[in-house]
Amino acid sequence: MNQKRKLRVLIAKPGLDGHDRGARIIARGYRDAGYEVIYTGLHQVPEQIVAAAIQEDVDLVGLSCLSGAHLHHFGEVAKQLHEKGAGNMTVIGGGIIPETDIPALQKLGIKKVFLPGTSIAEIINWTNKNVKPANRLT
Amino acid sequence: MFSNRTRNEAHQGMKKWRDDVREQNDHASGEERVSTVSDLDIDPLYTPENIGDLDFAEKIGYPGTYPFTRGCQPTGYLGKVWTYRMFAGLGSAEDTNRRLHQLLEEGETGLSTAFDFPTLMGYDSDSPRSIAEVGKCGVAIDTMADFERLTRNIPLDRVTTSMTINPPASVLWAMYLVAAERQGVSWKKLGGTIQNDMLKEFIAQKTLMCPPEPSIRIISDTIEFGTSHVPRWNTISISGYHIREAGSTAVQELAFTLADGIAYVQDVMARKKLDVDAFAPRLSFFFDSHLDFFEEIAKLRAARRMWARIMKERFQAKNSRSWWLRFHTQTSGCSLTHQQPYNNIVRTTTEALAAVLGGTQSLHTNSFDEEFALPTEFAATIALRTQQILAEESGVINTIDPLAGSYFVESLTNRIEDEAWEYIRKIDDMGGMLAAISVGFPQQEIANAAYHFKQQVDSQKRVVVGVNKYAARQAESPIELLKVDEKVETEQVKRLRKVKKTRDNREVGRTLRDLRAACQSARNVMPSVIEAVRANATEQEICDVYREVFGEYRDPGFY
Repeated sequence: MNQKRKLRVLIAKPGLDGHDRGARIIARGYRDAGYEVIYTGLHQVPEQIVAAAIQEDVDLVGLSCLSGAHLHHFGEVAKQLHEKGAGNMTVIGGGIIPETDIPALQKLGIKKVFLPGTSIAEIINWTNKNVKPANRLT
Repeated sequence: MFSNRTRNEAHQGMKKWRDDVREQNDHASGEERVSTVSDLDIDPLYTPENIGDLDFAEKIGYPGTYPFTRGCQPTGYLGKVWTYRMFAGLGSAEDTNRRLHQLLEEGETGLSTAFDFPTLMGYDSDSPRSIAEVGKCGVAIDTMADFERLTRNIPLDRVTTSMTINPPASVLWAMYLVAAERQGVSWKKLGGTIQNDMLKEFIAQKTLMCPPEPSIRIISDTIEFGTSHVPRWNTISISGYHIREAGSTAVQELAFTLADGIAYVQDVMARKKLDVDAFAPRLSFFFDSHLDFFEEIAKLRAARRMWARIMKERFQAKNSRSWWLRFHTQTSGCSLTHQQPYNNIVRTTTEALAAVLGGTQSLHTNSFDEEFALPTEFAATIALRTQQILAEESGVINTIDPLAGSYFVESLTNRIEDEAWEYIRKIDDMGGMLAAISVGFPQQEIANAAYHFKQQVDSQKRVVVGVNKYAARQAESPIELLKVDEKVETEQVKRLRKVKKTRDNREVGRTLRDLRAACQSARNVMPSVIEAVRANATEQEICDVYREVFGEYRDPGFY
């Protein structure tokens, strides 16, 4: 495994929510910080996100949801990644999420939840500190 | 506006002012760059020099008179205050009906419904795609039965309703028409609006179904149907709101919205061979009112002037009503903060005031808790009261277009207008809005502006109170939030299954086949959609016909 390779990030929009301003800004923020970024586009079901994460062999999956359906969608992605043997990928999330849902999301395997008002630098710093290259599948 | 002498005096006076200030080494000397939220440069002081060559009659004039810079109605708000129209929708049809009645009791004067994502995208509550989304971001509507529960005891002949619905607009409008019929209300009496603006969906809001070309065709069908059968209905609300919320500048919001409007007018004229004056008076618009007070006022004044010119000169409309740009405004959701949420009440107030000074006909004010969840009744009432205080206590409605003649506001209005024309020329050169969307032009411009703004906030070049400045020194106490019960979904699915079991399925099949035939020909789809809705076809069954005939559009995922 080459430790110096760029970390690969998948930014994904699960569900029917169309609010993509945050997801696209974060995708660009990661790209400008030197990460390799794949953005799924909107309206993805968890199966599509998991398939993209595995196919693109990413280290980090960033989920964005502003429709109130985060508990189900984020949980499904984390669960299915685990089932497909990709449980070592880090999963994070953001959006319109009440603080009271954060413990439940963490229990579902979402390592970190970023709330509105978070700067790009905060997210990049957290990633640099906390995300190690996932064991490559190939 | 001013004599040469006054302009010369202003020029000299300005020079002296600058020198004096520079001598005193004051920071307001104009050396430091100051800009609007959209990053337009602002001078520290404006004088007659800035608007010296402005022709009063041609550019400002009188309310109710071309080019309508000062408003479409000759008496402004003295004749009629804007409509208090709160966007509301949550959970089941009953839940939302209750909220609508509550808002009316609190003095709301127009209704506005928010649908959940499955309804917005043309999926039924029992679709696998709808899992966990039912009733979450608005009300769940699958069939006519739901719609009747939504409008129960609401007098559709006396209240106007705006429905934020786009790809399935024809379906929800058909439900409204049938609901009115069952209340004994003639379609001729019905007033309201369907958003029905797909171009801005591809650009910004992203509730997607069919590709652009057939989407426009369905829209032209609805405009044609309304023109002959529902004459008081606004069959489209050409919307800048979502463009702005996706991160555009004020100029982009204005330009892209008007360019969308041009595309719709062209399509109806070409496809339906309708005279422009037959349908143009029923086109309506929807803008954002963001944080930058004067920028928003200038944008709205420029919008009226530009649309009047587009209709009169470009499309040769003769009826003065065709020249009117009538619009609804919503305060900016993306300006609200999760941190110190009560501050959002103040933000919404200044944004609402800008919308009013810009001459909006209808207004929604956001609730302070919308960075967390759908608003509670408590929060929504404060938002409604904000409008009532502005209209009925503050005195801002007592004279029409009070900022006209302000050196700064008139100068900024001109500036925004000039820059928006530049964009419209560019889009015309590309072959119009459809062509521009297909190469991702507006999408990319908005993404760039959104990223630029975020960088300015992150680097503290722009202050967000409570977030990048004056942050809370200790943990904030939580506010009470609305939570949509998970039972809403299971109960809605049960209700839908019951309708499917008890309806006449042969009649449903017949109406859907008829709709398919209409889609495959040039026949207007509306009569078939109305028949299908009457037969209790579900929203998705109707939209599946659209998807099968016209194909599906997928988000290309620009960033």
